[in-house]
Amino acid sequence: MKQIPVLNRCRLLQALALGAVACLWGSGAHAEPYPSQPITEIVPFAAGGPTDVIARITGEHMSKALGQQIVIENVTGAGGTTGITRGAQAKPDGYTIMMGHMGTHAAAPALYPKLKYDPQKDFEPIGLAVGTPILIVAKKDFPAKDFKEFVAYLKANQSKINEAHAGVGSVSFTTCSLFDSQLGIKPAKVAYRGTGPALNDLMGGQVDYMCDQIVNLAEQIKGGKIKAHAIATEKRSPALPDVPTTKEGGMPNFQVTAWNALFAPKGTPKEVVAKLNDALSKALDDPGTRKRLLDLGGVLPEAPERTSASLAGLVKKEIARWTPILKATGAVGE
Amino acid sequence: MGDLVHNLRLGFATSLSLVNIVLCLGGCLIGTLIGVLPGIGPIATIAMLLPITFNLDPTGALILLAGIYYGAQYGGSTTAILVNIPGEATSVVTVLDGHPMARQGRAGVALGIAAIGSFIAGTISTLIVAALGVPLSELALWFGPPEYFSLMLLGLTLAVVLAQGSLLKAGSMVLLGLLLSTIGADLETGQDRLTFGLDDLSDGIDFAVLAMGLFGFAEVLRNLGSFEAQPKVQTIIGRLLPSAADFKRAIRPILRGTALGSVLGILPGNGAVLAPFASYALEKRLADDPSRFGQGAIEGVAGPEAANNAGAQTAFIPLLTLGIPPNAVMALMVGAMTIHGIIPGPQVITNRPDLFWGMVTSMWLGNLALLAINLPLVGVWVRLLRVPYRLMFPAILIFCCIGIYSINNRPGDVLLMAGFGLSGHFLFKLGFEPAPLLLGFVLGKLLEEKLRQALVLSRGSFLPFVTRPVSCGLLLVAVAVLAIALLPSVSKKRAEVSLS
Repeated sequence: MKQIPVLNRCRLLQALALGAVACLWGSGAHAEPYPSQPITEIVPFAAGGPTDVIARITGEHMSKALGQQIVIENVTGAGGTTGITRGAQAKPDGYTIMMGHMGTHAAAPALYPKLKYDPQKDFEPIGLAVGTPILIVAKKDFPAKDFKEFVAYLKANQSKINEAHAGVGSVSFTTCSLFDSQLGIKPAKVAYRGTGPALNDLMGGQVDYMCDQIVNLAEQIKGGKIKAHAIATEKRSPALPDVPTTKEGGMPNFQVTAWNALFAPKGTPKEVVAKLNDALSKALDDPGTRKRLLDLGGVLPEAPERTSASLAGLVKKEIARWTPILKATGAVGE
Repeated sequence: MGDLVHNLRLGFATSLSLVNIVLCLGGCLIGTLIGVLPGIGPIATIAMLLPITFNLDPTGALILLAGIYYGAQYGGSTTAILVNIPGEATSVVTVLDGHPMARQGRAGVALGIAAIGSFIAGTISTLIVAALGVPLSELALWFGPPEYFSLMLLGLTLAVVLAQGSLLKAGSMVLLGLLLSTIGADLETGQDRLTFGLDDLSDGIDFAVLAMGLFGFAEVLRNLGSFEAQPKVQTIIGRLLPSAADFKRAIRPILRGTALGSVLGILPGNGAVLAPFASYALEKRLADDPSRFGQGAIEGVAGPEAANNAGAQTAFIPLLTLGIPPNAVMALMVGAMTIHGIIPGPQVITNRPDLFWGMVTSMWLGNLALLAINLPLVGVWVRLLRVPYRLMFPAILIFCCIGIYSINNRPGDVLLMAGFGLSGHFLFKLGFEPAPLLLGFVLGKLLEEKLRQALVLSRGSFLPFVTRPVSCGLLLVAVAVLAIALLPSVSKKRAEVSLS
């Protein structure tokens, strides 16, 4: 039998020692209170969009509250379902969480027949973050002076009307589908890749109207390039106080807010979820964070809406609301 | 005019603060570096750096990010010239004559003229943004789907015409590119097309995946396949500053490229990608001896580089005046501004003149900084060529992989790129050019989108394409270009060129 050379033996010992230290280190990390390392937050949309901005603004204060950095990872594709699928399959240790939204956790089951997750079963809801109200906007020379006239014109001229949307499965597509179905109209739907190009053609008067989140439209409305006919919320938004609500305009049932909420993979320990929920709530109470979110036209949840249970209820309610409407459009998510 | 002077003074007062100068320089340096590294583009970098800008004031944040953006445009040209890899859609054309120049030992001149051309274009287009930004933004609104479709058709025609060698081969590559662009979810119904059930394909193929594969991977394979040792010519840096004769040849293409780039950059929907192609086609058409193109003609580098940079600058016009991002990088800028509570829109100029004019003037400072950084650095970049292939090739492949992964965080993209690398190699072996394929791919997406939008709007009628004046004019130009290319005398000349 050959003897192991001395040098190699030393190496071997070294390796063993290192291994032991690593093991100790590893177990030590487990015993440490959560969170002991940075947390990855998957945002299923491109950097710079509304959901990403909300995730970054809330994430900044959450990092302070938790004492660990929250790192945003943008995983895009298939209307946000690619990123959420990855999040659902991540290790449920609280170090991977995700920002889901109305599309990924309410509209997706109706739009994606091969969806690899169940919004109700595969997640531990952490809490509702921020909602952005939906506006109904038209080109600036649309022949209507208020929302009632706008609706009347749409109904009377539906064969001539063109609606723009930011792609099948986008917030602007789903919310306008609800709007159209409540009015009983079938306008020609012109598909764009994203809000930007759709907005460009709306400003240029190539299309007649669209629905989208307030943050995407507010400045163009203030600049007089497009006209907002209604905001789909109970109360007017402080960001656009001149825009009447759908309730004022005689369409009280059209109430839509594109909500964003944090989720953890199924099986994440309860106390970890509670800690994340607490950090999110602290961020939503922080005056600086609040101001930034409100300036964007965001709607912040009140204390009772911030619980994990309330979010679970919201997901259930929203799936029931969107599924029949979206199935009726016959569209498959992009 | 007095207003302009006043505004520019306000702008310089903002951009010349010590912090903003440092940010501008820092952005340009980072941008150049990531532009030089193949695969790592400005989109991934800006996304990664967004959190850092939280603690800056919004003007400073935007100056930094804008610096990265146009710094990367410069850097991208460096890689295109030296290693034959276009980092961005806009540097595809630079490869055509820039790399041959490098192979002839004129890498220094190619890099030098690219830097000088870009600086001249940057200066002129910054003035355009400052003086005409607001009225020009209205131009973008004239362009509805039919106009866009006609513009893209013109672009495709140019693609075929500018290609080397056989028209048939170039045409078929354009068509293949168009086909590849139809992969992914259908725009209107969301149904998957040509995805073979693969989830990674349902969002279509990313431009960078295709470009890195076809150019980056394929270039490495091609070099491994040839028995030649590292070419001697590449160890000769050559002079850095173009000679008077070079400069005389290049100055007109630079000015023409600037004009083309400035106009196309304003168009939303990434009109700027057309600018270098259009400039290249124009210069080739105007040249006394078109056969030099593709063999290292300095005009073929100077014009497109100027067009590229001018387009990159004027692309800020729709963002700053209408709040509409014309491309993915600008969309990130929207995010950066939104995070700071400034939502880009028509009111930014009135509400935040310091921000608008500060950014405009910093663009010019950035261009100056890039010239100052890049001319001395040309020597460093060229020395990269002396790195032995056994080190350089693995490095290129690794950077491509990291870069591609960082775009969407999807492993499937890396595999796809490898696949395109193999296909690119076979296409090369069969004598097909990858550039027309890439252009077909880039324009194909817009072409289909705009065609279908126009047809929905017209309820299926093709008439608007010819009854709307701008659209009709663009179509006529396309027909004219094609007719000229097919004229017996010209096509005979083409044949001679391809034989030689």
